[in-house]
Amino acid sequence: MSNIFKPRDENEIVEAVAWAVSGEKSLEVTGRGSKRALGRAAQYDSTLDVSQLSGVVLYEPEELIFSAKAGTPVAEIEKLLAANRQEFAFEPVDLGPVLGGKAGEGTLGGLVSVNFAGPRRVKAGNTRDHALGVKAVSGRAEIFKAGGRVVKNVTGYDLPKLLTGAYGTLAVMTEITLKVLPVAEDVETLLVSGLSDQRAIEALALASASAWDVSAAAHFPAPVAAKLPIRGSAAATAFRLEGIAPSIAYRRDKLEAMLKSFGALGTLKADESRALWRAARDVLPFAQNISHALWRISVTPTLGAKIGGAIAAATGASLFYDWAGGLIWAEMPGEEPHEQAVRGAVGGNGHALLVRATPAVRAHAAVFGPLGAGHLKVMRGLKESFDPKAVLNPGRMYAGM
Amino acid sequence: MSLVMPELDRGVIARRAEIVAALRGIVPGEGVIDSAVEMKPFESDALTAYKTLPLAVVLPETVEQVSKVLRYCYDNKIKVVPRGAGTSLSGGSLPLGDAVLLGMSKFNRVLEIDYDNRVAVVQPGVTNLGVTKAVEGEGFYYAPDPSSQIACSIGGNIAENSGGVHCLKYGMTMNNVLGVEIVLISGEVLRIGGKHLDADGYDLLSVIIGSEGLLGVVTEVTVRILKKPEIARAVLVGFPTSEQAGDCVAKIIGSGIIPAGMEMMDKPAIHAAEAFVHAGYPLDVEALLIVELDGPQAECDHLLEKVTAIAKSFGATTLRVSNSEAERLNFWAGRKAAFPAVGRLSPDYYCVDGTIPRGKLPLVLARMREFSEKHRLRVANVFHAGDGNLHPLILYDANESDELHRAEEFGADILKLCVEVGGVLTGEHGVGVEKRDLMPAMFNETDLAQQQRVKCAFDADGLLNPGKVFPKLHRCAELGRMHIHAGKVPFPDLPRF
Repeated sequence: MSNIFKPRDENEIVEAVAWAVSGEKSLEVTGRGSKRALGRAAQYDSTLDVSQLSGVVLYEPEELIFSAKAGTPVAEIEKLLAANRQEFAFEPVDLGPVLGGKAGEGTLGGLVSVNFAGPRRVKAGNTRDHALGVKAVSGRAEIFKAGGRVVKNVTGYDLPKLLTGAYGTLAVMTEITLKVLPVAEDVETLLVSGLSDQRAIEALALASASAWDVSAAAHFPAPVAAKLPIRGSAAATAFRLEGIAPSIAYRRDKLEAMLKSFGALGTLKADESRALWRAARDVLPFAQNISHALWRISVTPTLGAKIGGAIAAATGASLFYDWAGGLIWAEMPGEEPHEQAVRGAVGGNGHALLVRATPAVRAHAAVFGPLGAGHLKVMRGLKESFDPKAVLNPGRMYAGM
Repeated sequence: MSLVMPELDRGVIARRAEIVAALRGIVPGEGVIDSAVEMKPFESDALTAYKTLPLAVVLPETVEQVSKVLRYCYDNKIKVVPRGAGTSLSGGSLPLGDAVLLGMSKFNRVLEIDYDNRVAVVQPGVTNLGVTKAVEGEGFYYAPDPSSQIACSIGGNIAENSGGVHCLKYGMTMNNVLGVEIVLISGEVLRIGGKHLDADGYDLLSVIIGSEGLLGVVTEVTVRILKKPEIARAVLVGFPTSEQAGDCVAKIIGSGIIPAGMEMMDKPAIHAAEAFVHAGYPLDVEALLIVELDGPQAECDHLLEKVTAIAKSFGATTLRVSNSEAERLNFWAGRKAAFPAVGRLSPDYYCVDGTIPRGKLPLVLARMREFSEKHRLRVANVFHAGDGNLHPLILYDANESDELHRAEEFGADILKLCVEVGGVLTGEHGVGVEKRDLMPAMFNETDLAQQQRVKCAFDADGLLNPGKVFPKLHRCAELGRMHIHAGKVPFPDLPRF
């Protein structure tokens, strides 16, 4: 029978980790559990639930920085930031619906631990690019801090960024400082309809390599477009423009001139735009068949259609492209993840993460991509340096770590 | 010099001839330098207060040579100091008398430019400006622009996580590198990332970038390139007090505007720059701001109006908007020449680099004036106001017996103040040897031990660039030990299920 520890502060986390270390017990580190279905399926002796560590520590809008305890609900944070017309520019992905849960359930610690950015990734970078400082308890039961509360900082190794995307396998984060940025005053989306995947990728590359500051560039093949808030049933290739209204109008004209030879053009105004990109961000077209395996595949953008096409041909997957072709979301027609077909198609051109699969599948499939021997050795070394007894989320990313 | 470096390994120094011969077996011809005269140019980097001749200099040309040199040093327990272009201001590539200096200057080729994927693949010895030069024909550029960009190398930029005046909007090196090939001290070659955005495993780039040559030697870099904005315009604003300038900066950012660059200079810096380049700076102001906006024409025009309105509302006494590219460059001329301009006022100057929360600027400037009196040295300030990165320039004369020492004490006072007000010891120049002994002002022993353990994952014997960044060297075996005695159940008063 497993324990659930709900520490109220970092000292109680230290106690829990010390207990786990001395008793060689493994801990599942979790916030509110909204992403529990993500990662390898592993067995833990106990659960360390940090959801009690909640609350904003520091928010200075004019300094563009925000700190909160790791268990703070993301929904609460986003509300506070929005009241100041600010946001996390990397567009945090809400994995709730696609993992079979509700929207708005995640915590800051979970958000940072998985390092998932939304459509604005192409312009604003990943979660880790916005992680400035961290306080955490290592698997050595020691409280440490790293980074700071200013954007420009090269004092010591950038451990806040290393912990971002480590799925809680290195340390239990207790307090996180992130950069925040102003929300764009306005948004509009330019649509080109009816393109093939390959032709769409060409249009996405062309617009992304322009000076017109496209803040999201995605292609939705017809079956996916039909599930999105877009009129019509044809494939839709979408380009988001954000900023002040005169700038958007100016850039839309430029982009229209650039893209009109591709196909019929249309636009979405602010509200429709926000609905579309939220749906793309949270992968809502693939939130219905929860038992179907779902992949998130990051590839060289211009190879997107080729790789996506190969996966679809081999598996019957339904897919769409974000990040100008550099991100493929692929939903399999059933529970079978077709791991070999997916990894084979990606080859050395990217990374594939099995985001959703049934527990039975996750118990066997490699959720994260395979690593070379040298890379694996460094990763083991890092795990060892933070968590030598492997008490924190062992096996969540790779076996034995 | 008060700096204590790791104790020299006499055994290694005694084997110097044998080591040089072995290195020559790996890197033929003139790629190995061992004469004192020829090694002289390598004795320091841009932190010229410190100089040491290395054991030998190796300038490899291929990844295989880098790998073999490192493997040889690893097998023979010889220290290695990597060096890019040698422009570090923190002594990051200061040689050690018992270490091989591994210079990467021959890795100077642009390997691939992929406009469709908006990346360039370059060797680490390519200069920062060289990347932009290689892609500007197609209207692209590489965003990070440290002031040494003519000379500094991309490899060095990775070591230091270099920034520049435009990182407020475009990020630092960390945010603009997608992949590297890195050779570990064991000689193993790892490829991390690439043209795709997300990669497998831990984000190793996060620790490699900014690691100051302590984790490995980068042999190839994939950088993000961007299309040049349609236009850039700047506004020059003078204020009677630095408080007003600081408030103006806060208001611009608070209004949701992220300028491409936002620089501030104080009165001594303004006067020095004006006397040097005659940019037309006002001499009757205490603080001068340069705010640059870039992007589509329509956007720049609109935001410039907003910025000038804000500046007026805070009592700007000078307000000039650039109406041509020549005028914009003229605004920048004084700022870009600030270091040499200040250099004319004094035989030597010491450039400090700390970051503070923007709002603390008036307080920090006031305290700096007190420090200036205490240490009896003048100071001029240039400041990346947008991101809170200060560069006080302390004027001294190295020929006066204790002035260097006083300048260093003055610099240390400033950096400790940066930490005290919520900032950090270094914003972009790195810790190196310069700020190494100040690290405990920001981090406690546990914090530093955890950082050093990260190094253990890459370089367990501590052979790469020892004596830099960390004030105390600890053996990895010692760092690895755990000190946990308790076996008790945690907080037994809490319910568990």
